[in-house]
Amino acid sequence: MAFAAFSTTTTPSTDPVARRRSPVALFLLLPGILYLMLFFLTPLVSLLLTSFQAPREFGDIGQYDYAFRWQNYVEVVTTYWPHIVRSFSYALAATFFALLISYPLAYFIGVKARSWPLLQSLMLVLVIAPFFISFLLRTLAWKQLFSDESFVVQSLKALSLLGPEAHVTGTAFSVIFGLTYNFIPFMTLPLYTTLERLDVRYLEAGNDLYASPFQVFRKVTIPLSMPGIVAGTLLTFIPAAGDYINASRDFLGGTGTQMMGNVIEANFLVLQNYPTAAALSIILMTVILVIVSIYVKRSGTEELL
Amino acid sequence: MAVGAFADRGADLKLVSIEKRFPGFTAIENLNLTIPAGSFFALLGPSGCGKTTTLRLVAGLEEPTNGRILIGGADVTNQKSFQRPVNTVFQSYALFPHMTVLENVAFGLRRRKIGDPVAKAHEALLLVELDHLAHRKPQQLSGGQQQRVALARAIVNRPALLLLDEPLGALDLKLRRQMQLELKTIQEEVGLTFLHVTHDQEEAMTMADTIAVMNKGRIEQMGEPQQLYELPKTAFVANFLGQSNLFTGPVVGTTSTAIAVDVSGEKIVVPVRRAHRASGQVTIGVRPEKLTLHTQGPIHDAGRNVMGPGRVIDVSFSGVSTQYLVAVPGVKTLVVFAQNVAFGPAVHVGAQVWLSWNIDHGFGLDDDPAEAPRYEADLDTKTIARQRRSSLITELEGA
Repeated sequence: MAFAAFSTTTTPSTDPVARRRSPVALFLLLPGILYLMLFFLTPLVSLLLTSFQAPREFGDIGQYDYAFRWQNYVEVVTTYWPHIVRSFSYALAATFFALLISYPLAYFIGVKARSWPLLQSLMLVLVIAPFFISFLLRTLAWKQLFSDESFVVQSLKALSLLGPEAHVTGTAFSVIFGLTYNFIPFMTLPLYTTLERLDVRYLEAGNDLYASPFQVFRKVTIPLSMPGIVAGTLLTFIPAAGDYINASRDFLGGTGTQMMGNVIEANFLVLQNYPTAAALSIILMTVILVIVSIYVKRSGTEELL
Repeated sequence: MAVGAFADRGADLKLVSIEKRFPGFTAIENLNLTIPAGSFFALLGPSGCGKTTTLRLVAGLEEPTNGRILIGGADVTNQKSFQRPVNTVFQSYALFPHMTVLENVAFGLRRRKIGDPVAKAHEALLLVELDHLAHRKPQQLSGGQQQRVALARAIVNRPALLLLDEPLGALDLKLRRQMQLELKTIQEEVGLTFLHVTHDQEEAMTMADTIAVMNKGRIEQMGEPQQLYELPKTAFVANFLGQSNLFTGPVVGTTSTAIAVDVSGEKIVVPVRRAHRASGQVTIGVRPEKLTLHTQGPIHDAGRNVMGPGRVIDVSFSGVSTQYLVAVPGVKTLVVFAQNVAFGPAVHVGAQVWLSWNIDHGFGLDDDPAEAPRYEADLDTKTIARQRRSSLITELEGA
């Protein structure tokens, strides 16, 4: 009897472990895993393989064979390094300006407008409203506004703020402007969600502890809104680095403002140089991954300070 | 009063005809208050009485509509919160979640660029016996520990004036008692001026040197705890600070030492020095523990007021004492606290009793009895249920 009692008390103790390894969870995860294998892992491997392909001997344009031609990467970097550098600097600049514009906006909607919920929802709608119009159309509209005959450019020239031969479209300014403009909602919304939950009592406590409004902002508000800043900057930086619309010659860009996205597009669709396009994509992904992981790690530790 | 230096001792606080209006209501009207340096002052009142607003005005988190605030003689009315030599222990503690306990405590020192902030923060944490948790995050601490960190974070700055906004509200009773003692000890040790805002009358009485009872944006009465308890000036104070049996009636006789009030035919005597008013319609009262129960009509004694006979309608035993509710016809139900010096209750429900008390224990209020009571003592559900029952019984008996 005593043994029986003993055994019944010991079995449940091993039970939780067994239950944690239960096949039910795995079974439930299966569709997701299959989906990722099929639509994420397979294309990724295929992309990686393509990036090492070599042109077929006596083949036509766009015909390649599987090989291990690592020189593809060397060629890509030596040929396109200005585009790579440009992509990340434009993306960085756009992220910076978007943060600069979005933070006060999100702070106003999320903190200052708390006592006026109607104003709060109205402003949120205004932030999201541009999404109702295609982003291509909006970018084209900016191209119109910045075109040489536009009122804006003509006025700037009349005021001698722009030289008579100067253009706005096709410059780094217009591309960064377009990127900033297009990604502001992606920056504002995550910032808003964190700032909306910001407990103003922490700010009062900061004030009470001899911190000036600026110090409170730097030492309390910024660290507490870090999750929103990280989410917003990533949502802006990652797509901006790979963007090919704003920098395209059909939109706000010019020959001197081509980014990686444009080069990949040209190589893939026009030149049918698939290995180069694939290698560029892999480089883009890797650099973004490295930058993002360093950034997330840094911002995580900064929060602790 | 430079913010850059430690205050070597507490400063006095002076509020001069302070008024605070919010859109739609007035939180504080014409408040004048002086808190002497080094004292432990409690601002006591129910929620919504304006006590927290007063504290926020002193801290600089709100601006007064009118009036001036002086700390240590210096006018700080136009100073911003971070410029005032004041620190607050917030009700929510408001410990920065992104900093360690140590960094929270050192925050104020760093902002004021005081030398060796880490060592001073450790010192303050030692004072509240939490130095071993210095490197934890606030959310890893219990409520009581967080409260102590909040206290350390405030006192480490040696403010001329420390503001406590119901800091013990979230703690359980036992921890609260312990923290009350610790707070009091710390206040005496560091000699700072404490302004403590609370709705807990027991907390105010055990800790404060002086209590100001606040109601509807005004100070009803101010004084030492004992004075406030023994000689309340208004019905609000009489009921908010402990319980009271209050009676209203006209003054029917006056001598040089006492007044006699007619309460439903009974003549109740109150000493003149304990009565705030000596003529007309007055409200007088006596504390429940001052009443004595008699099972026979007591022999008339010039030194005692007698009321009765009445009927005991409820007996509730609470360890140290027993509370009796006695319905006296013509007068409302009286509450009696009797010490349990003998085993078991002295009388049971339904018993006929008389009540008497020493005439020196009665008090006369300053309130206008015609005025409806401005505040209903917030009673626990048990008392409310008991009152319902007693009113039902009287109703049935009347039918």
